[in-house]
Amino acid sequence: MEKTINITLKVWRQNGPKEKGRFETYKLDKVSIDSSFLEMLDMVNEQLINEYKEPVAFDHDCREGICGMCSLYINGRPHGPDDDVTTCQLHMRKFKDGQTITIEPWRSAAFPVIKDLIVDRRAFDKIIAAGGYVSVNTGGVPDANSIAIPKVDADEAMDSASCIGCGACVAACKNGSAMLFVSAKVSHLAMLPQGRVEGARRAKAMVAKMDELGFGNCTNTGACEVECPKNISLSNIARLNREFLSAKFQD
Amino acid sequence: MSNLLTASIGRKLLMSVSGLFLILFLFVHLTLNSFLLLDKVLGFKEVGQMFNAGVHFMGTNPLIKVIEPMLALGFLIHIIYSVILTVQNMKARGPQSYASGNKTSDVEFASQNMLVLGIVIFSFLAVHIMNFYMRMKGFITWEAGEVEFPFFGSMAKGENAYALVHETFKVLPIVLLYIVGSVALAFHLSHGFWSSFQTIGWNNSKWMPRLKCLSNILAIILGGGFSVIALAQYLFF
Repeated sequence: MEKTINITLKVWRQNGPKEKGRFETYKLDKVSIDSSFLEMLDMVNEQLINEYKEPVAFDHDCREGICGMCSLYINGRPHGPDDDVTTCQLHMRKFKDGQTITIEPWRSAAFPVIKDLIVDRRAFDKIIAAGGYVSVNTGGVPDANSIAIPKVDADEAMDSASCIGCGACVAACKNGSAMLFVSAKVSHLAMLPQGRVEGARRAKAMVAKMDELGFGNCTNTGACEVECPKNISLSNIARLNREFLSAKFQD
Repeated sequence: MSNLLTASIGRKLLMSVSGLFLILFLFVHLTLNSFLLLDKVLGFKEVGQMFNAGVHFMGTNPLIKVIEPMLALGFLIHIIYSVILTVQNMKARGPQSYASGNKTSDVEFASQNMLVLGIVIFSFLAVHIMNFYMRMKGFITWEAGEVEFPFFGSMAKGENAYALVHETFKVLPIVLLYIVGSVALAFHLSHGFWSSFQTIGWNNSKWMPRLKCLSNILAIILGGGFSVIALAQYLFF
């Protein structure tokens, strides 16, 4: 038989970017513990719509942990109480019957609230646009085996590339720093020969954009690494520091 | 090099380098402090001669005269930039705090409280400078008299700095204050040391645990060393 729980939700509601927000409390009964957290929120919204109330706005897209769209700060942790998962991969079996669940948007000056639980994360897109790419000339496709890449480097680049840009690192950071995100994006390109060429320019441009957008200064607390759903390592930040400083010292 | 210090990583570099420089100073300081105990431990007849010779050396050596202002600059940079960085970080964090708090596990206590620990150390430093530095440099008068002690093979005359330290550490609240300062320093270093290497960029998955381990050893040696010396002065001298 399917097991269900009854829960109380404290949800942040905010009508618009300039308006004052507040918490609202909703009771939700008979939530299957096999349902995902976002399915539970769908249930809340259905309940609200049936009561002719406005549903809770929250970000989501793929619902399988790869798009980086879902956010939510749940009970004191970005992406909730489970480790190494996004909010959409979080299941209700992680909660107890009768528990109160507090749901808040990411809090950071660089991620202003748009509505309810949705924040504006375009700052990340701007950082990527500043240099998080490889300039490719059109022409014949070279054979992949013509450039040998050590397996270790390929693996590490792949690990860094697994960053989905969800912003949990910024949400978890007491300094509102985006260093884990930026370092992952700089790292995965810097470790491969195709990206290495533009390494110095990329590090400088992305860090400059990150500073300009008002993200904080990293103090290596490591909270980002703990909360990252993709396990991006803190050593990426050291690599970014290295890339940035050596680029600057060459100028 | 242009605009390095206007970038977040550049400002962090200043914190890192000045911090490492201050750690070097702490080792010199601890070495001299150990003289407070060493001559008794080594079984010399007259207690305090070794320390007085050390203070005389630090007070007369021309190299120290050059390094002293550099040290002050190191402190200033470290303190000023910590304030600048903290203000920027608070701004970046935004005015709204999380109602459900912060339940991220496995985050070092020290790393989250570097400013608070720094303020504790700074307050201690102010008392410490008033206690000893100002007196030994003659800004505040004190009566200890001159003593003779062996200095590089011959005898030298100087103020009895040992007596000043000894008298100061007879007061229990002062000893306790010094221990609080040292413990705060230990926590500060347990994060600060490895963090400064991370900021310079010397870190990866292999070196991270090594540097963190080294940080803890360093913190215990320095924080523990300073506390033990103050406490031993109170208890056994």
